[in-house]
Amino acid sequence: MSGTMNLTLKVWRQKNKNDKGAFATYQVKDISPDMSFLEMFDVLNEQLISKGETPIAFDHDCREGICGMCSMYINGRPHGPLKGVTTCQLHMRSFHDGDTIVVEPWRAQAFPVIKDLVVDRSSFDRIIASGGFVSVNTGNTKDANNILIGKEDADEAFSAAACIGCGACVAACKNASAMLFVSAKISQLAMLPQGDPERKRRAENMVETMDEEGFGSCTNTGACSAECPKEISLEHIARMNREYFGAKFTSQNVK
Amino acid sequence: MNWVITTFSSSLGKKLLTALTGLFLCTFLVVHLLGNLQLFYSDEGLAFNTYARFMTTNPLIKTVSILLYSSILGHAFLGLYLAYKNKKARPVSYASVNNQSVWASRNMGVLGTMILLFIVVHMSDFWYEYHNEDGFPFKEYKVELLTGKVSTSAKSGLDKGVYVDYVQDGVRTVIAKDLFLECKEAFEQLWYVVLYVISMAVLAFHLSHGFQSGFQTLGLNHKKYTSAIKWFGLVFSILIPLAFAAIPVYMYFS
Ligand code: SF4
Ligand code: FES
Repeated sequence: MSGTMNLTLKVWRQKNKNDKGAFATYQVKDISPDMSFLEMFDVLNEQLISKGETPIAFDHDCREGICGMCSMYINGRPHGPLKGVTTCQLHMRSFHDGDTIVVEPWRAQAFPVIKDLVVDRSSFDRIIASGGFVSVNTGNTKDANNILIGKEDADEAFSAAACIGCGACVAACKNASAMLFVSAKISQLAMLPQGDPERKRRAENMVETMDEEGFGSCTNTGACSAECPKEISLEHIARMNREYFGAKFTSQNVK
Repeated sequence: MNWVITTFSSSLGKKLLTALTGLFLCTFLVVHLLGNLQLFYSDEGLAFNTYARFMTTNPLIKTVSILLYSSILGHAFLGLYLAYKNKKARPVSYASVNNQSVWASRNMGVLGTMILLFIVVHMSDFWYEYHNEDGFPFKEYKVELLTGKVSTSAKSGLDKGVYVDYVQDGVRTVIAKDLFLECKEAFEQLWYVVLYVISMAVLAFHLSHGFQSGFQTLGLNHKKYTSAIKWFGLVFSILIPLAFAAIPVYMYFS
């Protein structure tokens, strides 16, 4: 076939949490440039299955850039070489025939490898859960414009809410810090009247859980935002800092 | 008081303290530099030596210097502790890394440690000797107030607390510890000048990230001001170390 490519893949293989793991090298042939990176992995896995080997475990779900599952650290960058793109939305045309591609799992104390490229990101879930509930009026349908929100605030909250919880920020950060993620989760509610009643408690608890989970501390390198598929801005981290200290110095919580 | 401890022992709390001490140290750099610039005067060190005396005896300055020493120690300790914790947050490193961040921002720990070592060398040379050494050289200045003519003579064997400054018959007489001479002698050695220049380059890199990073940690990120802070930080990180480095180079060649 013309225009297709042959590639060498170095993929991290690890049987389970306790296994030491190592790189394995594979060759794939006749890869179409229009395939997504995950489809290329499907081809490789078919190849492995037909040879009777264990296929490579990797996370994926929506394959359209919205679920955040497809964690792959490709050639030294989370989600590969493109900006603002998840692995599932990365296409083989971003590579060249004959390339060697190194694929590793996210590396962080708080994201232990379960198998091959799959890591356990439930620490993110525990951070979100610790943020607690948000008071919302229920009952009869309300007028849609009952609570007025300024356009700028709505936009800013929405840009934070675009975070898909993929963990690329942690993977990219030299400190394995989760502050971009946590700041997005704090920001998205801190700017809206709906999140206001629990605002202080949420900031305090989420930061506390983030620390307990063993993520590192941000040193403002900006690698997270540069690699975030949703291009979450560092402004949210500054807002998280304000929210946290504002809460700590004024809330009723004396602990 | 429990909450105070929780706040400042959290990751954000430690970052806040690092930022506050760091920015305070930036203001100290400016004051220190303004003092040092007096080494450029060709007055045999009269201005510099009387200034040094003032800085080491004025009660207000002495109080602030306690804050200064604790800031240096606190900033260094917190920075190193955070760097250690951050290393532990990624126990297994990547086989290949393609960084999308600025080099200085990833190496603040290394840069900071080098600066700390420099401060130890620097203080044990000038600060420690000035405060403690018994045979520290003195200099006597006689300034004719009408003509401005200065004549000097070296003094030695004086008690380390001695300081004289009075005016009689139109002549100002000053006897002070000759820190100026110490600097001159130190910076006659090439390796010493090189050490200082390299250390200032290290400081420049540390500041180029640290200055703006400190504001971000304080939560000061705003469309209107952030670009100005970044710009000012860059200018600051180049000019201040450059001016510091110019002094030993100037003294070496003069
Ligand atoms: S902030 Fe960006 S990189 Fe981090 S989890 Fe959210 S979407 Fe992923
Ligand atoms: S698989 Fe859902 S974002 Fe990639």
